[in-house]
Amino acid sequence: MPEYVLLLYDAETPMTRFSPDEMQAVIQRYGAWMARLAQSGTLLGGQKLTDNAGRVLRKQEDKLAVTDGPYTELKEMIGGFFHIKADDYQQAVQIARDCPHLEYGTVEIREIERTAPV
Amino acid sequence: MGAEEQVHGLVDHLFRHQHARLVSIMVRHLGGRHLDLAEEVVQDVLVTALQQWPFQGVPAVPEAWLVRAARNRAIDRLRHDRAFADRVPALTQALLDEEARYNAVQGTDRIARDRVALDDEVCMLFMACHPDLPRDSRVALTLKTVGGFNVAEIARAFLAQDATIAQRLVRARQRLRDRAVAFDLPGPAELSDRLDSVLGVLYLMFNEGHTAHAGESLVRRDLCDTAIRLCEQLAAHPVTDLPKTHALLALMLLQAARLPARLCETGELSLLDAQNRERWDQNLIARGFHHLDRAGRGDELTAYHLQAGIASCHAVAASVGETNWPQMLAYYDQLMALQPSPVVWLNRAVVLSRVEGPRAALASLDAVNDDPVLRRYHLWHAVRGALAAELGDTGEAAEHYRAALQCQCTEPERRFLAARLAALS
Repeated sequence: MPEYVLLLYDAETPMTRFSPDEMQAVIQRYGAWMARLAQSGTLLGGQKLTDNAGRVLRKQEDKLAVTDGPYTELKEMIGGFFHIKADDYQQAVQIARDCPHLEYGTVEIREIERTAPV
Repeated sequence: MGAEEQVHGLVDHLFRHQHARLVSIMVRHLGGRHLDLAEEVVQDVLVTALQQWPFQGVPAVPEAWLVRAARNRAIDRLRHDRAFADRVPALTQALLDEEARYNAVQGTDRIARDRVALDDEVCMLFMACHPDLPRDSRVALTLKTVGGFNVAEIARAFLAQDATIAQRLVRARQRLRDRAVAFDLPGPAELSDRLDSVLGVLYLMFNEGHTAHAGESLVRRDLCDTAIRLCEQLAAHPVTDLPKTHALLALMLLQAARLPARLCETGELSLLDAQNRERWDQNLIARGFHHLDRAGRGDELTAYHLQAGIASCHAVAASVGETNWPQMLAYYDQLMALQPSPVVWLNRAVVLSRVEGPRAALASLDAVNDDPVLRRYHLWHAVRGALAAELGDTGEAAEHYRAALQCQCTEPERRFLAARLAALS
């Protein structure tokens, strides 16, 4: 079955606008969402990435340029990812549309390229 | 991953309550001047949980995780600040102890968890309700700190703008700093007055939740529940475990017990006569009577005692007909003597109508007919309408109901009054 990653982009609106009760509600929705995915065997994994900027490497001429980043705007920061399987993009969207991350960010779905058997 | 368990792994309002405890502990060690810093650190900690728990799952002892995160965050935040150099070790130790206590009480009931930082939370409550603050600010600051509400939630509760509440909170913290209000339990000489201020704030909070003044919702249950929770803490603390604390707690529990029946299944207002008493919460009633009993162990008689007594008359009655109205009338008379107010007089009239009939009740209301506050109060007109209708005077009743509809009230109340008016013709 095809596999997909859900890239979770953090929103521009800070999470600090949530009240303690609302934060707890979001966490509980995540729990319910992931439980559903786990039950159907859809969820293969997921990790949070640290909030700090990472390192961006670029080869310029012969020199390697290493910069901190991407900084620029929060919306470019990937906060984490989930790894799922689905029949096709349509089903992947179905799965992601209930993802509580959408409460405060955007989700990008990318299919993982399968290597053909050699 | 045990995901199913995680969903149920968080007790209701855990974040709210943990916010209250952590802020209180931090202020104890950072000093009252640094209330905003404490709130900031705790907010950061909760956001960290929001970011991490979805991926890692809810920790086995969520409270302990949050305390540990608070310790790390506080150390990180304060270690380069010389002003806090001498405070960080004590704060670190306090948070280590706190974490150990949560690990020790895990799996036990809510009460044990709620008592972990009791002393700090009670001190925070005294600080937020300090008499040097304007009354509106006391309520807002109490909800923000020990209530665990955010600005938007407080604004919603009081039908105010977010900016107004935010401003009120900034000023309140500033004033606490200016007056150098200590984070401590009041001494014996001032305890009674300071406690009165705290109880007054909780009473106001409860009433705001109990009788919302406008909007679609008749009852703001969270305000009631928060007032009860904070009063339970006072009742559990050796210094504030006093008859009047128990009297207020009994009053709120007995009132809250009847809240589920105030709205019928369709969400419409349901008056006492029509209420399904099976929907009254017997657990809350039992707790209410427990505290009413404790309230009687002393020689102090406060307005809370009398109001709790009135509420208890309703709570024990199997029906409207079996209610001890004469006893209730006696409580109202005592209340009028102790704390006279037009609203108490209005409520007394309702009880009087059960004892002596609608004509006597209407006559008693005529005595205060020119009170400007009452004339803007929808229930003033609604009660007169109901009494007139009972006497068969539909013309006058309609007039009163129309006047009631001119006043500010909640949407369910408006629909109720309109239905009463329509039923007259």
